[in-house]
Amino acid sequence: MNNVKDEYILSMENITKIYGNGFMANKNVNLRVKKGEIHALIGENGAGKSTLMKVLFGQEQPEEGKIIYKGKEVKITNPLVALDHGIGMVHQHFMLAPSLTVAENMVLGIEPKNKGFFDYAEAVRLTSEVSKKYNLPIDPNAKVKDLPVGYKQRVEILKILLRGVDVLILDEPTAVLTPQETDELFVQLRELRKQGYTIIFISHKLKEVKSLCDNLTVLRNGRVTGIASVADLSEQDISRLMVGRDVSLTIEKDSPKTKKTVLKVRNLTYKNSDNKALVSNVSFSIREGEILGIAGVEGNGQREISALITGLEEKQSGDIYLFDEEISSQSIRKLREKGVSHISEDRMTFGTVADASVEENLISDRFYKKEFNKNGLLDAKKIADLSNKLIKEYLVKCDSKNAEIKTLSGGNIQKVVAAREFSANPKLIIANQPTRGIDVGASEFIRKKLISLRDKGSAVLLISADLTEVITVSDSLLVMNEGKIVAYFDDTNDLTEETVGEYMLGIKHQTAEEIGGCCYE
Amino acid sequence: MNKVIKIENQFRVIRVALSIAIALAIAFLIISFVSNDPLFTMYNFIIGPFTSINRIGNIIEVMTPLLFTAVGVCIMYSANQINMASEGAFFLGGVATAYIAVTYSIPAGLHPVVAILAGGIVGAFICGIPALMYVKFKALPVVSSLMINYVCLYLGLFIINYIIRDPEAGYMASYKFIKTAVLPDLFSRTNVHFGLIIGLAIVFIGYLYLMKSKWGYSIRMIGKNPNFAKYSGINVPAVIIGCQLLGGFIAGIGGAVEQLGMYTRFQYQKLPGHGFDGVMIAILARYNPKYVPLAAFFLAYIRVGADVMARTSDVPVEIVSIIQAVIIIFVASERFLEGWKLKKIVKSTKEAFVEEEDNAVKEA
Amino acid sequence: MDAIFSSIFSAEFVFSVLRVSTPLIFVSLAALVVRNGGVMCIAFEGMMLFSALGAVIGSAFAQNQIVGVLLGLIMGMAIAAIFAYFVLVLNSNGVLTGLALNILGSGGTVFMLYLISGDKGSSTALKSLMIPNINIPIIKNIPILGEIISGHNVLTYVALLTVVFVYLLINKTPLGLRIRSVGENPHAAESVGIKVVKTKFIALMIGGFIASLGGIYMSMGYLPFFTRDMMAGRGFMGIAAQNLGQGLTFPTFIAALLFGSAEALSNIMQSLRLPSELMQMVPYIFTLVGLMLVGGDKNKKASKKEAKNE
Repeated sequence: MNNVKDEYILSMENITKIYGNGFMANKNVNLRVKKGEIHALIGENGAGKSTLMKVLFGQEQPEEGKIIYKGKEVKITNPLVALDHGIGMVHQHFMLAPSLTVAENMVLGIEPKNKGFFDYAEAVRLTSEVSKKYNLPIDPNAKVKDLPVGYKQRVEILKILLRGVDVLILDEPTAVLTPQETDELFVQLRELRKQGYTIIFISHKLKEVKSLCDNLTVLRNGRVTGIASVADLSEQDISRLMVGRDVSLTIEKDSPKTKKTVLKVRNLTYKNSDNKALVSNVSFSIREGEILGIAGVEGNGQREISALITGLEEKQSGDIYLFDEEISSQSIRKLREKGVSHISEDRMTFGTVADASVEENLISDRFYKKEFNKNGLLDAKKIADLSNKLIKEYLVKCDSKNAEIKTLSGGNIQKVVAAREFSANPKLIIANQPTRGIDVGASEFIRKKLISLRDKGSAVLLISADLTEVITVSDSLLVMNEGKIVAYFDDTNDLTEETVGEYMLGIKHQTAEEIGGCCYE
Repeated sequence: MNKVIKIENQFRVIRVALSIAIALAIAFLIISFVSNDPLFTMYNFIIGPFTSINRIGNIIEVMTPLLFTAVGVCIMYSANQINMASEGAFFLGGVATAYIAVTYSIPAGLHPVVAILAGGIVGAFICGIPALMYVKFKALPVVSSLMINYVCLYLGLFIINYIIRDPEAGYMASYKFIKTAVLPDLFSRTNVHFGLIIGLAIVFIGYLYLMKSKWGYSIRMIGKNPNFAKYSGINVPAVIIGCQLLGGFIAGIGGAVEQLGMYTRFQYQKLPGHGFDGVMIAILARYNPKYVPLAAFFLAYIRVGADVMARTSDVPVEIVSIIQAVIIIFVASERFLEGWKLKKIVKSTKEAFVEEEDNAVKEA
Repeated sequence: MDAIFSSIFSAEFVFSVLRVSTPLIFVSLAALVVRNGGVMCIAFEGMMLFSALGAVIGSAFAQNQIVGVLLGLIMGMAIAAIFAYFVLVLNSNGVLTGLALNILGSGGTVFMLYLISGDKGSSTALKSLMIPNINIPIIKNIPILGEIISGHNVLTYVALLTVVFVYLLINKTPLGLRIRSVGENPHAAESVGIKVVKTKFIALMIGGFIASLGGIYMSMGYLPFFTRDMMAGRGFMGIAAQNLGQGLTFPTFIAALLFGSAEALSNIMQSLRLPSELMQMVPYIFTLVGLMLVGGDKNKKASKKEAKNE
């Protein structure tokens, strides 16, 4: 153990990864992990964390660099090789086949056999055994699709423990968990560390890293910006390494001059096909010249609320009024003509067409209008003028208006979406995670645009999981937890992240009366 | 990033060219195996179609119906609907036209118009069914449309056999078309007929419609990302059904024009395959009607070449199917040549990166 | 009308249902295995045409049924292998590739047939052999039941055994579990080291094997020779039957029997001096109705493209 090299069970040296679309996800990245530690790999969305772990797990092949594991250089060409070496990964999106049972999922790839047939009883036995050994109880016969999220994750962890790994990679494991489930997970992880397992913990949540991890590596834009012991750094230090400056956002804005009520949502409830209420009994209002924020961990009903207001989902119960007119039965085109703009949280699924040009993406909400048509055909000149104007005004970095969207970076794609939605003279803007996964410059640009539109009289609903953003940009704030509104603040000026966090994570809950403050006529 | 676009475009052209080359190479390989005199056979195959006015005329004649089905397929497939019913639409459209052409006496000039419109309407109806079944029941268009083709075949044969069959023809065929319905020939020494003009007009209108109009824009956006189209306010089901109707209408017109231009009576005994040909041409043309004449000419040339070859040697015309299949397979494969493309992109990204770093150094 | 009813409620009719359903049972089971592996394959028509021709060529030249069956299997599975290579390895569009292989099946078989026999319509010039019918001892003496179950072609019994085989394969073997996992969540399978492409390849080859048996039956059992385009859409009816059975073995088998009944019915009605063209439409219309009833393929397309930038 005197040799310094032996201290590290795993080291990745100078990893560079370029994707097929020319995107450089990792640039000369180094990662060194000690045996028996919980090592945090931390960075913003899009910083290259997942790519690095895909390289380690054999799902992507790097253009340059090497991996040294237990003192020897290894070539990890596919996940099987990684598992053979003892490296296992719990993915952010669960790697489970939903219609199979827990036991079937557990033994996938290493199925026990009996006379050539699959020995299901043995699979059940193995599952129970490993579940007892690590004190992670599970029903081996349950179908995975019937399990709550925390249990699905448990299956994932058991699955790789069953395969006898030494190193566990956990890719943002807490993103989908409730606070209780997170606490439980941390207890389990500490227990595993005690038993000698090495854990790589991917996260962008500073508090979790501080409370759980020993050492950390920080990534930004595909490069390493810091390697340190967690104890040596404060949260502020880490966040500076992540974003390159203090995260405390300051945005200049005047106090809101609110006028007429634009949007009224009353008693909105939405259930999924399993009859689980994703949105329950939500009511609020937004006025002209106001930004109402919705804070909350992703997946607590925000997506559904924005889809219901903008007509992407069919309403089940409750009412949605735009300027006192019930709108939920109207077509999306009608809604857009009435001044509803929508930044979807999923810009590649809804916000843009990857295979179409910037111009084609900019005109999708207005191409049919008289002003853009001449003699039965699209008016190429007017459309080109509009595109060039928007590209300039919104600082979209692209080759030309004819460049395909997929050749643009995330931030520029989002600017294309913003350019289209903000230039439609919106009365109401539903902005769902408008800055997620994009660079700081583009984020700031979009936030400022939102505020200037609000100053011109638009009503804005800003849904964001980024607490700093949602508190600074919004004038008033709702907090959601498990499909319900749990808090309302009519003024965000003195609000702290800690306060909002407590509501967001379900620790505190306002009274119905306090929440009712967000409903006015 | 400019370079990436250029590489992607280069790559597309090269892929199509290489697919054609591979298909022809395979064809030549087969010819050299099965033919007693491979060089003479290949000569007939390649040069044969251009050796007489008559044969050049043949190419144009073969090409004419393909213009219609291919433009129809361009429109239908741009909405990402793999609808094969243009085959049935072409056939049954022809039957409907034949019915009008043998039963009603309408003044010349108007007669073909009515007959062709009838073919178009029947065609629209046929191609609309798979779209409706997809929108309403999520039934796979590729399976439903192929079943519909068989229904069209037997329904058409029933109409010919039981309603407009000419007992004196000596085989199963309709009565002769009334003279007023027939489309005139364009050149005296060939059978190239007025349908070519209609076909080229359809190509032009189809191009403007699909690539330059608001309707075409809606169709293409739906094909590329239906979620985006819906989000932007486009009525996705309506556009899907609408463009399948239109594609079927054009295929039906094609069937009609073919009957009135090339034949004196309806005499198909089976599906002619022009709908399937249309799919191949549309794929080669990358669903842009602008390139349809070129691709259709190519297929017609291959077909006439195979025909000349079959008459002068022992290689059957079905070699065309092999060529067609190979071309479709290679053009449809995303990763064919991708390694080459990827290498170029990675290289150009690295170069751009080095440039960027250099500039940064200079600035500092 | 009486004639129709008396035809339908007879042991003969039920016998003919089994006879007519045999290729549909094969191809629907092939579609089922492939579908469970998450591949959308429409190339069965082409596979079956090649296997039917191969069976005729093999048995005619070797004067041996086994050689015929083997050549049929080789040719059918070669098409399956081409499909698998292009779709799984080169990432081709599966529907277009399937379409191309069906065109190849239609034209290529006629091409080969002409070169070998000098005829483009059928292989009657070749002295190909048939696979025999067999009577089952004891059962053949039971009235009605014996008439229905005994005396079929060997391959009809093989088709029935294939139902059991496919059920066991999919539900009770490690390979079946892997095929299902690959079909449902290829990333999950990959993450535990299952080779997704290899597993799908195996599923396609098993499907190709089963579909080829259906093709061989057509030219060595159903008819004693090969005719051009003799599948007449059966490859697609099999896919529809599999949809109707929602990817489960026994429901798929029942659906194949249903489609077979429609065809048997259409055969009877053609013999009753009704317009044969209209009667020939019946199985296809039946399939269309079947497609509407289940709402096509509910499984999401397995090969959903990954968002590459994390």
